[in-house]
Amino acid sequence: MSVTSEEPRGRQIPDRLTSPLRKALSSWELLLFGVAVAIFIANSFASPWFLDPWNLSDASFNFTEKALIAFAMAMLIIAGDIDLSVASIIALTSTMMGLAMMAGAPMPVLVLVGLVTGLVCGAFNGLLVAGFGLPSIVVTIGTMSLFRGISYIVLGDGAFTGYPASFAYFGQGYVWWVITFELFLFALFAVIFGVLLHKTSFGRAVYAIGNNATAARFSGIRVNRIRFILFLQTGLMSGIAAICLTSRLGSTRPSIATGFELEVVTMVVLGGVSILGGSGSIPGVVIAALVMGLVTFGLGLLNVPGIVMSIIIGALLIGVIALPRLWSMWRR
Amino acid sequence: MSLLKSRETVLGLAILLLLALIYSRFPGFVRPASLARVLTDTSPLIILALGQMAVILTKCIDLSMAANLALCGMVAGLMNMAGVPLPLILLAVIALGAALGAFNGILVWKLNIPSIVVTLGTMTIYRGIIFLLTDGRWINAHQMSAGFKAFPRTVYLGLPVMTWIMIVIVAGFAVLIYRTPLGRAFFAVGGNPHAAVYTGISVGRTQFWAFTLAGALAGLTGYLWVARYSVAYVDIAAGFELDVVAACVIGGIAIAGGAGSVAGAVMGALFLGIVKNALPVVGISPFWQMAISGTAILVAIAFNARGQGQQGRIILKKAEQRE
Repeated sequence: MSVTSEEPRGRQIPDRLTSPLRKALSSWELLLFGVAVAIFIANSFASPWFLDPWNLSDASFNFTEKALIAFAMAMLIIAGDIDLSVASIIALTSTMMGLAMMAGAPMPVLVLVGLVTGLVCGAFNGLLVAGFGLPSIVVTIGTMSLFRGISYIVLGDGAFTGYPASFAYFGQGYVWWVITFELFLFALFAVIFGVLLHKTSFGRAVYAIGNNATAARFSGIRVNRIRFILFLQTGLMSGIAAICLTSRLGSTRPSIATGFELEVVTMVVLGGVSILGGSGSIPGVVIAALVMGLVTFGLGLLNVPGIVMSIIIGALLIGVIALPRLWSMWRR
Repeated sequence: MSLLKSRETVLGLAILLLLALIYSRFPGFVRPASLARVLTDTSPLIILALGQMAVILTKCIDLSMAANLALCGMVAGLMNMAGVPLPLILLAVIALGAALGAFNGILVWKLNIPSIVVTLGTMTIYRGIIFLLTDGRWINAHQMSAGFKAFPRTVYLGLPVMTWIMIVIVAGFAVLIYRTPLGRAFFAVGGNPHAAVYTGISVGRTQFWAFTLAGALAGLTGYLWVARYSVAYVDIAAGFELDVVAACVIGGIAIAGGAGSVAGAVMGALFLGIVKNALPVVGISPFWQMAISGTAILVAIAFNARGQGQQGRIILKKAEQRE
């Protein structure tokens, strides 16, 4: 690229493209990674029990299930939609598995019931949003009430307990040494979603829809089919998260996973995904999951109550978006 | 306008049908005294639905209203324990609620952060502050002064003060929405933000005032709630923000902004209130309520979408037909 001495007229065109290294250094993901490392170091000084591998392994439970949903939610938000019903899908899925368990279903059937329920819930959301063209935010506020409402109808103030011992593996089992099955799933799906979003034409289509759905439609992308698939995918991941959570808790109550949708959306936004759609990355979400996991674990070791942690999560959500904007306002 | 009118007619008919159904199972529910009790019970929902309506009209959403209510209610309770007179408490909760709403509004206006992100965050922050204020302790009935508890329940002309406050707010809100420049600005900003800018309306400032108004209403409701139920703790009105959004959606307030009516919001809230109060009476477990309101939301949005013309997308529909 030749450098001209002329002053650029009209739109500012840079003399040369930003080098990939420089771009990577100033990226949101790297900033977030720095935050994660800083929290890690601060935590290891704050509590002598932090660096124990078994403690860290236990701590991973507080983000793995949410992160599984966050991967699918990231793609959904990049495409310009949102699903607030994910926590309620967990409740309904868990209830259905409980019903199957009471009917005497063996472990593989329980898993199948979980996956199918998640898929059906996702398909229902997808049909209403992509099929009938209704706004996703209100549809999923509605299904949020509906799905959890069905759980309440089935269970009332009761609970399902007594899942078979073999079912406990999904939430309590270890793949190797301190690597839990959930942590393994987290890594596996991080790779799968990373490839799906960043290396396939499906992923490119998701970005295209999020930036301009009409233009995407005219360039031959089947917009509504892809949006439907994204809801299906979010339902499926919620189903998988429900299997893990139910297995870990060993019981089902209709209030299971209350407030998960907030933490999942926080994780996605913290990971640098624009809530308006069109941009974001899976590595960002992975690091955001680690940051949230480390923050909650570190504060837990310091005996900070859960509700204070939720203040910090809420402040984190607003802060990570507000600070860069405040910074650029101040510099102007 | 005729379309708007017809939507409210449909909602009115739905409410009458609901009442007729309840009447067939339990005639006593439809007595005036019983209906008045339902109206009183639904007053907080109606007041909050109006605030939410203003916010939704400007293309935003406020998910922090229930947390705002809980925080202001707790502050009212604490002030009462400290011996502050009631009029001062009322002023304080309205001011505090407005300030909390204004905080949402500032973030939306000045930093341009999407309202759903802002209020998801402040929802947990406001509720967390209650915990910081009280260490998770409850304020129970015996710790509240008699006057504090009695005010919303005092009966004038056959209705409790709480219901009268609701009626005054509905009337005042209707005047604000239909008869003042700010009210027209709510509609203009939601209907077409670009056009609003060209007519000299600041989109952000209008959204800011909508949030502040919603916050003030939530603050006042916080006192009413705590005084009526005579208890204040961290989790009061948990999940109530969804009922409020549901009332607006059922009432035909377009979630995309710019369309809706006061009568619609009030009737949407009443619909939910009647369902909630009727379930135990007709012998259905109250656990059905959540699923029923969820279904009502879905039916209402499907119905709203059917009535709205989408001229902008006609070209796209032709392209889709060729698929």
